[in-house]
Amino acid sequence: MMQRLTRAALALNGRCFITEKHISAVKVITRGLVSAEHGDDSARNEVYDVIISGGGMVGSAMACSLGMDPNLGSKKILLLEAGNKKVMDMVPDTYSTRVSSISPGSATLLSSIGAWEQITKMRCKPYQRMQVWDACSDALITFDKENLQDEMAYIVENDIVVAALTKQLDSLSDNVQVKYRSKVVHYTWPMPHQAADYIPWVQVKLANGETLQTKLLIGADGPNSMVRRALGIPTVKWSYDQSAVVAVLHLSEPTENNVAWQRFLPTGPIAMLPLSDTESSLVWSTSHQFAEELLALDEESFVDAINSAFWSNENQSETIETAGALFRGALSAIIPSAGSPRQLPPSVAGIGPKTRVMFPLGMGHASEYIRHRVALIGDAAHRVHPLAGQGVNLGFGDVACLTRLLSQAAFNGKDLGAIQHLLEYETERQRHNLPMMAAIDLMKRLYSTNAAPVVLLRTFGLQATNMLPTLKEQIMAFAGK
Amino acid sequence: MFSTKLGRLMMRLYSRKQTAVCRVPLRGFSWAAVCRQRSLRQQRIACPKTQPHILSCYTSARSSSQNTVDPNEVRRFQLLASKWWDEQGEFAALHSMNDLRVPFIRDNLLNVHRVRHPGQPLSGLRILDVGCGGGLLTEPLGRLGAKVLGIDPVDDSISTAQVHVSHDPDLQDWVSYQACTLEELSEEVKEDGHFDAIVASEVVEHLADVDTFTFCCKQVLKPGGSLFITTMNKTNLSYVLGIVVAEQLLRIVPSGTHNWEKFISPVDLERLLESYGFSVQSVQGMLYNPVSGAWSWTNSTAINYALHAVKMTDNPETDQTEEHTSHPENHGAATHS
Repeated sequence: MMQRLTRAALALNGRCFITEKHISAVKVITRGLVSAEHGDDSARNEVYDVIISGGGMVGSAMACSLGMDPNLGSKKILLLEAGNKKVMDMVPDTYSTRVSSISPGSATLLSSIGAWEQITKMRCKPYQRMQVWDACSDALITFDKENLQDEMAYIVENDIVVAALTKQLDSLSDNVQVKYRSKVVHYTWPMPHQAADYIPWVQVKLANGETLQTKLLIGADGPNSMVRRALGIPTVKWSYDQSAVVAVLHLSEPTENNVAWQRFLPTGPIAMLPLSDTESSLVWSTSHQFAEELLALDEESFVDAINSAFWSNENQSETIETAGALFRGALSAIIPSAGSPRQLPPSVAGIGPKTRVMFPLGMGHASEYIRHRVALIGDAAHRVHPLAGQGVNLGFGDVACLTRLLSQAAFNGKDLGAIQHLLEYETERQRHNLPMMAAIDLMKRLYSTNAAPVVLLRTFGLQATNMLPTLKEQIMAFAGK
Repeated sequence: MFSTKLGRLMMRLYSRKQTAVCRVPLRGFSWAAVCRQRSLRQQRIACPKTQPHILSCYTSARSSSQNTVDPNEVRRFQLLASKWWDEQGEFAALHSMNDLRVPFIRDNLLNVHRVRHPGQPLSGLRILDVGCGGGLLTEPLGRLGAKVLGIDPVDDSISTAQVHVSHDPDLQDWVSYQACTLEELSEEVKEDGHFDAIVASEVVEHLADVDTFTFCCKQVLKPGGSLFITTMNKTNLSYVLGIVVAEQLLRIVPSGTHNWEKFISPVDLERLLESYGFSVQSVQGMLYNPVSGAWSWTNSTAINYALHAVKMTDNPETDQTEEHTSHPENHGAATHS
């Protein structure tokens, strides 16, 4: 923190020095600007207020959110996306394997920018309950909203989210400009010691040779963020030495399918997330080797493997079973009404054609989310294990927070790239993101072993938590933000 | 421990008063300042182009009357001109004061004018920023859509402000600067009422003559226009905190920035403004927290305060005559004190 302040001070000092040096140039500069105004209005003088790098779910949401804010109405906002424009005229028949669990908080953000209506029109599946249980004991925990009335979260395909946001961006074309197929090749940060043509803005050089200037650059360019690497922001990261196998599952019979299932196997968590009455999405995190084996299996054996992963009791030991039962009995004597009954997951009959994909898992957290005139959002700042389905929700949380602070800054006439409100963004988001990441990581570690003491500990923990409705509500409230 | 420090401070203050008493005549001092400025410049950068600019500006400034401006203050701010945009430097407290004063000006103007332009809430208004310095407050007001003219008698501050704003094409049409005094401007602006609002933030305590200042404000303000002043109260507390602590102990502001003698209490300021036909709408206390570096509103006006006054519209003729009769008297009183 101190270090950053000193750095900022240094940068600003340097900037003043340069400014002083250029006092003589002021007339020249002003004259240059005047002539540009009268003559051909070259792009050289165009300075964007905000450039968002990366048009994924989080970057597109950021662009929409800024573009719709009344206080930012007069600002020039640009979204840069390396890929093609993803238009979806018709929802495809088959489900995509890349899905996200959208929390109510994220749904609120998306509906405030008008994208949620599109999403519900296209395709999304709410679920009312989540059941998490252990492969090594009977312990389980269920999360649900009272009487299953409210939605706990929604499973939405990433493509649908992007398509809805793209559609929304089209309607905002007056406020937000989008450049598709534009690849950034170089960023130039506002450095204090460039005497000749000093530019106080961030410069973005595109592959087509164009150079853009912006007062604030928002890096939404994913876990391998080029913005973050170019800034040299260190990242605390580790690979879990795990891969996730995803697939679209066909259930053996139509059900209400409103529960998200997650079971902790010693090799990693396996989750089944509802897509429709007959289909669910699989996210199976496991070792690289086993993931490759799973991918190589024929369809029938793969389905058997999934079913046995959800149903098998082979990892359970009697001692823990007894201890768990005793503990549960004791707890229900104290709090008779609490706790939820166990439900059984649906069985899988088949998988969608060519839907089996694997990708490596990792976790990373940028030590800084901001620099002078730069902010990182979404996976560029933090990447989590997909086990709690929180990844994109943390990103949407960043969007909501940064929009609020930038809107306030604009209403107070501030320079949008000023460090003051960006620091506020960083503090606020790290305060939310870090505990969440730590909790997810702890959970992941706690459940990747079948050593008896740990199993016993987590069995008791899970059972106790399951019995305490207030604690569960707090967990849900925090995760639902 | 504290008493010795206080003693030393008193000594310093005493010596400063002495220098103030044997004040160098305006011309002599200014030439000296220009020469010093020139040599400084030559040492730091070989950039001869600056000199004619400074000299020409200087002569234009000299030829006019300098009623409100205190030459000592001009010299002090000349030396600090390059530091304006250092958010962590000498003017850090002014930077963070924007968190209070921009909303104060914005909300009061929105209350008076009641027009809504989302994104540019002050659009359509003309604002004069008196003593704009490096443009710390001028730029934010311009970003809110107002046409802002920043004036300052210190050429170097105006140059700093111009260089800073020249980088931002969005502000070109909204912000302009002029190195001149309020009196010069009020002479230029012959027709009555040019501005919807005047902002004089942390300026009044540096002036030589607050009466003339108020008179000129009235001259250039439209009927019903707003005058915003933030300044320091003349209390024991403001002496201890504003000068002893802020300048000497914590060095939040450069030593010698303020002269307690020139501070003015809200009651006196209110009386003065009302004698010139202003109606004071609100006075609010401001408090600086040196640890967090942030300002907050407070009920007590004992140290810093912000004031919003409106130029009355009724009976312009009687107002006019009152001014002319009262003006010399007040002026005389002020110089006596």
